[in-house]
Amino acid sequence: MHDDGLQPALGESLGASRRPAGALEAEVLAVLRAAGMPLSPGQVRERLAAREQGELSYSTVVTIVSRLHAKGLLARERSGRGFVYTPLDAASLAAGRMSRALDTGADHRAVLSRFVSGLSGRDARLLRRLLVDDGQEQDGG
Amino acid sequence: MQLLVYLPLLIPALAAVAARPLAARLEPREATWLLTVATVVLAGCSTAALALLVASAAARVPVLAELGHYSQPVLRRGDPTSAVTGAVAALVLTGAALAVAITFRCRARALAESYRRAARLHDDGGVVVVPGPAIEAYALPGSPGRIVISGRLFQSLDEAARAALLAHERAHLAGRHHLFTTVAYLASAANPVLLPLARAVDYTVERWADEHAARVTGDRRLVAATIGQVAMLATPARRPAAAALGIVSAYSRRAPARSRRISVAWAGPVPRRVAALLAPPPRTRTLLLALAVLVLLVAGVSALQAAWDLHALLKLADGTH
Repeated sequence: MHDDGLQPALGESLGASRRPAGALEAEVLAVLRAAGMPLSPGQVRERLAAREQGELSYSTVVTIVSRLHAKGLLARERSGRGFVYTPLDAASLAAGRMSRALDTGADHRAVLSRFVSGLSGRDARLLRRLLVDDGQEQDGG
Repeated sequence: MQLLVYLPLLIPALAAVAARPLAARLEPREATWLLTVATVVLAGCSTAALALLVASAAARVPVLAELGHYSQPVLRRGDPTSAVTGAVAALVLTGAALAVAITFRCRARALAESYRRAARLHDDGGVVVVPGPAIEAYALPGSPGRIVISGRLFQSLDEAARAALLAHERAHLAGRHHLFTTVAYLASAANPVLLPLARAVDYTVERWADEHAARVTGDRRLVAATIGQVAMLATPARRPAAAALGIVSAYSRRAPARSRRISVAWAGPVPRRVAALLAPPPRTRTLLLALAVLVLLVAGVSALQAAWDLHALLKLADGTH
């Protein structure tokens, strides 16, 4: 993480605690990772406050998540009138969340190609019949 | 022009019905090319037909007829496209243009995001293993493209199954299959009747990668069993997961004691892919391909003929005054 000119603007709105922008970004990322689900800037702010990391203004949080998104560390999806954010660095990423982040728009045939798509109950039974030997088929399907 | 212009509007419906049977019967690479080209040609033809209807109705609007010095009686005799038809066609055309623009934007954003993600990931030996409890494996288009497998899935597969899965995903990246699906869905945005063709392209692209993996590993049954295993893992278990895994991995690679004809015609893509791999490799069906190309030519030619007819009529109407 590095400071790159954001600090003066942040410093004004930080209030009691002054920290370099890099540390703030790390905290926001930590909050998002711990959440395990997409969060809006408001929700991120609430959780930061709960962690007793000092009061950040809403606009500061928005600035931070926007910068993280621009850096490619967060994915962003529309939610109502605003956005929700999900962490996207490879270290903490669950494959499921990444594919949700890439399914932009109503067209769910996103550009990534999954090895196996969804399987209905009927398909699962068909699959067992196709692959499992008749004589050795287990009961309970 | 009267009847001819409606042919390019009817043929897409025929194609929509034929899409799934064609996808099941043709060799996957040929099927993908045919279906993708078909969506583009048919979308172009139906759009052209709509434009012709709008043009012929517009030419008879008094203001425009005056501007173009067209004789209204001549036009009315030569092509009785009503103003209502023209208006409806104009509405549909506008809707189609909007749909294509929106779809293009969505796809472009998804693709850009994919390239960004792919650039940020680093793989060891061509695979990115991502920690997490999900069961997922997919190819991410990019420069270079990446193959992403969730940690839990990676550990659940043995070396042979991993090889099959990787070969499949590599085929997607090398073949740039995402381009085929994108083009097909863009074309069906212009004419929603063509959606079954776009969905068929989704399927044939998977079959294409499956056949490639079968050639690379030399074992069709292995690829089939791997698809089955991953599908079972990814689905909430109806029986204890361990038992399901045990059955699939222990038995599925052996040929069954007696072969049965199990109908998968109306099943989802996964059983159909498995059934196709358990059957012999698909051959080129020249006759079927030729027939399909012929139908496409008919659509194209009739659209061109209708345009020519309108052009001739306008010329005729221009002479008189």
